[in-house]
Amino acid sequence: MTAVSAVIRNQGVIPLTRIPVVSYPEFIRVVDELMTGGLHCVNYFAWAEGDMLKFIICLANDSDGTIHLLMHKSPKRTGLQLDALSLQHYQLHIFEREISENFGVDFTGHPWPKPVRYAWNRADQSKLINNYPFYKIDSDELHEVGVGPIHAGVIEPGHFRFLCNGETVLHLEIQLGWQHRGVESLFLTKPGLLQRTILSESIASDTSVGHSLAFVSLLESLAGINPGETLEMERTLALELERIAMHLGDLSNVNIGMAYQLASAVFGTLRTPVINYTQTWCGNRFGKGLNRVGGSHYPFNDELAAKLLDLMNKVEETAKPMADRLFGLPSFLMRSESIGRVTEAQTRLIGAVGMAARNAGVARDIRVTHPFASYRNHPIESQTLTQGDVWARMMLRNLELNDSVYYVRDLTRTWMDTHEPVSVPAEEKKLQLAADSFAVSLVEGWRGEVCHCAVTGSNGAIVHYKVKDPSLHNWMALALSLRNLEISDFPINNKSYNLSYCGFDL
Amino acid sequence: MIPELGILRRHGKQYIPDITAPKVPGPFKGRPEISTAAVDEAALADLCPTGAIGKKPVTIDLGKCVMCGACSFAFPEKIKFTSDYKIATNSRDRLIVSEGSSDPIMLDESKIRSEIRSLFGRSLKLREISAGGGNADEGELNACGNPNFDMGRFGIEFLASPRHTDGIVITGPITKNMAAATQICYDAVPSPKLIILAGTDAISGGIFAGSPALDRSFLGRYPVDLYVPGNPPHPLTFVNGVLSLVRKMKG
Ligand code: SF4
Repeated sequence: MTAVSAVIRNQGVIPLTRIPVVSYPEFIRVVDELMTGGLHCVNYFAWAEGDMLKFIICLANDSDGTIHLLMHKSPKRTGLQLDALSLQHYQLHIFEREISENFGVDFTGHPWPKPVRYAWNRADQSKLINNYPFYKIDSDELHEVGVGPIHAGVIEPGHFRFLCNGETVLHLEIQLGWQHRGVESLFLTKPGLLQRTILSESIASDTSVGHSLAFVSLLESLAGINPGETLEMERTLALELERIAMHLGDLSNVNIGMAYQLASAVFGTLRTPVINYTQTWCGNRFGKGLNRVGGSHYPFNDELAAKLLDLMNKVEETAKPMADRLFGLPSFLMRSESIGRVTEAQTRLIGAVGMAARNAGVARDIRVTHPFASYRNHPIESQTLTQGDVWARMMLRNLELNDSVYYVRDLTRTWMDTHEPVSVPAEEKKLQLAADSFAVSLVEGWRGEVCHCAVTGSNGAIVHYKVKDPSLHNWMALALSLRNLEISDFPINNKSYNLSYCGFDL
Repeated sequence: MIPELGILRRHGKQYIPDITAPKVPGPFKGRPEISTAAVDEAALADLCPTGAIGKKPVTIDLGKCVMCGACSFAFPEKIKFTSDYKIATNSRDRLIVSEGSSDPIMLDESKIRSEIRSLFGRSLKLREISAGGGNADEGELNACGNPNFDMGRFGIEFLASPRHTDGIVITGPITKNMAAATQICYDAVPSPKLIILAGTDAISGGIFAGSPALDRSFLGRYPVDLYVPGNPPHPLTFVNGVLSLVRKMKG
């Protein structure tokens, strides 16, 4: 039987009435068929409308660039029970957990019906973050190690609970939610265009460019604005600069964990001119202020282009000898090879995205499969490694760093040859968003797939806004990578993923 | 040749020799200057996403400003951001910049507790608490200790255990979910101790102000020793701010 679902493409808009609303058994059947056929879930969420609870799933087909949409709905009531789809498709576990936490839906048979982030508006206020139902072990031989929410370094909070046999970790349970700021509800209660844009830049500020690009693209598609090729090139350059800066920072941080001071210093200080360049462009080292709906306050110019080419030369000349040395060092190889390994099968099972997928044999890259901005006309090549260990995550950053440098160079030259004037950002009062519609926007940030969705009401006002950071999928990869590893390997392994806390907690 | 030698030679010296003096490139937004030009003040105040702009006289509250620049784009004759990054102070009122003023933002010396300079002037260890921080604030605090800004040379350092530190630095708007941990961590720091708020989110909640997911009651219980504005705060703002708190600075 063929699946019944609506089909759109990345940054597409569709009237809500054109998305099939099916019974829950039919929903299960169609989703099962599509996911068995290889589609992966980029979002699945619910929102309340009157006394109804509406659910929508977005499944991406990586081979033809389509996104399948399907809905089901139920009267909103306490104790609503639905069969868990996670049983067949484990990657849905986190989405069902979130729906359950927010609306009190009981997904029967769910393997892991635990809170996600203790959102302020969760259905069951008696569940408290300091009372998380951790897995317990009943053994005199084993012990538990608890770390966090506050960690040793200057990083975001999260709690890690290790179940250990001596030095060996049997299982790591990760409890998040400490960073929950209520981002999604603020998108509705702070409705100004500029407020929303700044919120998008603040979801995970190390991905300011990635998240704000997802936001402005979503708004532009709802408003029917074509940003034009020049602006798209400028946004793409900013996104690749964010990737370069973060990859350099992570190459540095893992080396701190390995006590290889030289590589840490070289990669770390090389990040400085990259983020200072972004500051020269827009005044902010994290690219805040660059992405605005319909235009830019900081149009690129010839002087910036020339400086960018110089910067790329500097990055290449500095990073390459250091990387050559690092990846040939026996001590580095010993500390990274086979450490924190996640298999391809596990990666597919949990629906990992971005680098957390590409280091373990799963070629998932929105820039290639659902291209946006300049990746449509200027394709980028994406790399996939198979080892799935700390080494692969480091090597992948190294390879992607080089690819981004080449890509930025090419795109800068194209910009120099073809650029046209870029307009100032759109005026809020002139924006009319499509009414009664659904829109989805996918961006490949440096961690992976960023997904923003919006539902509009009859006057075009946004009635529901949904954000997904790649870390929503990927924290499970970190948990799996710890199995049977020595607990002392946790820091380098954790740094090798560098997942987002606030992006998950929202 | 041993490859490390070539790499080291290329690496060279990275530190900024005089941390009080470097110029920050580009359209960096530091201390604003507000002219006395007459503009539609209501329209100006309305456009600000965080309510940082006051009317009659026109003011900008750097404790609320997320440095988006929108006011300066819409009213260039009224508002300009200078690249003066020395905008940290120990007085909440001094974060409010009024029209007609181009004075630097300074600390209120009379409010600095006497033990701060005698105890922490040459060594200050800090415990950072991210309580909803977006990871840019944290990134910039980490950068303060990197080979460029190198605040370790002034004896300023972030440490893991609150027991070994002289105060806390809070980033983020302080979420409900981090409220208890923030208090526990502060309690674990031996007295006398400092509280530093780093970034607009920590100072006022920033774009998250008013969110029901926050619990900022901790700040009502203790005096704050230093406010470091910025979205995120620039490392130069943080290092210079902390130095002027714990040491008597020239000029
Ligand atoms: S720069 Fe500051 S004061 Fe001006 S509009 Fe933005 S947040 Fe408001």
